[in-house]
Amino acid sequence: MTTETPSKPNRFTGAFTQSVEGLGKGIIDVVSSIGGVVALGLDVFRWSVRRPFRLHNLFTQLDFVGVGSIFIVGLTGTFTGMVFALQTSTAFALFDAESLVGPTVALTLTRELASVFAALMVTMRAGSAMCTELGTMRVTEQVDALETMAVNPVQYLLVPRVLAGLFMVPALTMLFNTTGMTGAYVVAVFGLGISPGTFLSRTQQWMAPADVYEGLIKGAIFGLAVALICCFKGYNASGGAKGVGQATTEAMVASALSIFILDFIVGMLMH
Amino acid sequence: MNAPTPPGSERAMIDIVDLHKTFAGNKVLTGINLTVPAGSTCVILGGSGSGKTVLMKHMIGLLKPDSGKVIVDGQDIVPMGVEGLQQVRRSFGMVFQAAALFDSMTVFENVAFPLRQHTKLSEDEIRVQVRKRLDLMGLKRAVEDRFPADLSGGMRKRVGLARAVVLDPKVVLYDEPTTGLDPITTDSVDDMILTAQKELGVTSVVISHDIASAFNVANQIAFLSKGVIVEHGPPEQLRQSQHPAVQVFLQTWFGKN
Repeated sequence: MTTETPSKPNRFTGAFTQSVEGLGKGIIDVVSSIGGVVALGLDVFRWSVRRPFRLHNLFTQLDFVGVGSIFIVGLTGTFTGMVFALQTSTAFALFDAESLVGPTVALTLTRELASVFAALMVTMRAGSAMCTELGTMRVTEQVDALETMAVNPVQYLLVPRVLAGLFMVPALTMLFNTTGMTGAYVVAVFGLGISPGTFLSRTQQWMAPADVYEGLIKGAIFGLAVALICCFKGYNASGGAKGVGQATTEAMVASALSIFILDFIVGMLMH
Repeated sequence: MNAPTPPGSERAMIDIVDLHKTFAGNKVLTGINLTVPAGSTCVILGGSGSGKTVLMKHMIGLLKPDSGKVIVDGQDIVPMGVEGLQQVRRSFGMVFQAAALFDSMTVFENVAFPLRQHTKLSEDEIRVQVRKRLDLMGLKRAVEDRFPADLSGGMRKRVGLARAVVLDPKVVLYDEPTTGLDPITTDSVDDMILTAQKELGVTSVVISHDIASAFNVANQIAFLSKGVIVEHGPPEQLRQSQHPAVQVFLQTWFGKN
């Protein structure tokens, strides 16, 4: 009895200390990763304005990130618009305000959903590929090989990927807006019987160019953040195939979280 | 099979002076002094974890030392910035343990890569240069369009060396070139190192723990143990060494053969 009594608080203290340590380590990891991503961003900016400009690499990445995502973003946009029109019309029908379906869908898409969904699609399709490719190149010494051949890996590998994210997510946001509104129009006009004139004129009445700009600015910020996070995680991967897998998982989680957190911060700053 | 003594090899191509490097409190290099004469093949021999790769990475500026000098062709590369190092690296070629070929590129594109990055040669001239290096390494035209994943380990090493020498570097670094290869392929890699020295006149630094291969290709061998070079000289001198670490290491091969 006398020997067991003191062990109980010790065990509790041990578990508590471990939890606090774990929390502290987690916070340090997050802060250090944010610092790493920002530092990498500055490095990418520095190398993006220096010769040689490898336009072929940039266009390859623009094609991969942007053109390659057209189908999936277009499809997601169409169905998002359709579902949103369907659900809002049910709610608006309760107080005979179906004419507001068009502007509601339009404002939601342009200000919020299009940029968020486009960035999420790019994260899943292109961000994961960026992270895995860079991680594999890192663990198989291909990045070191570039350095030994006097080719700066940040300039050669990262600059085109980050610029592609920066330029193509806003473009895909615009595509999402277009396909989303088309989907909403089809459901509202042909499915729910809302007059086309009402749908379009109400949308035009409530929408302003600033709403579209807001989405595009958000798209650019999300694209930059996602590309930087995926590049940072892949570029610093270690520990073979397992390490690359872990880096990709971390990149996906961090990218998705950053999109939602940045969406709130940018939204708050803009309004 | 021993490497020929290089002509006029008194000038130091690489001179390492009192090099120290610590990783997170772990002292890896503790006062390395090493001179590699121009045109010679120097093998840095040592067991796993002795700091061979760390030493090699200092030679090409991939790592910065805590203290000491790394003088390459008369220039100390330690205080150099990114631009200076990039300039120095153009006089280096490096063959990695697993070749480190770009797996998204064909063999031809891999070997042409340094030419496309650093020269303004036309595509026809690049083709000539690439084929010249592939021929030198005994690689047939048929491999040009193959991807690294389709090549054997020995062929990958040959393509890696062809890529490393395509810009006519002054120094070629080999990171464990024979690790994981069968005896016949090991022999062909040794031939490849000797060919590079003989035909191209490059200074070669090979890090290895393969004793047989080291004695085949080296003009001089440096033995690295616990972060310092404990023996350095021609292969015959190493065999006569009285240092216990060298004796134990060499016994694993000469004791059996």
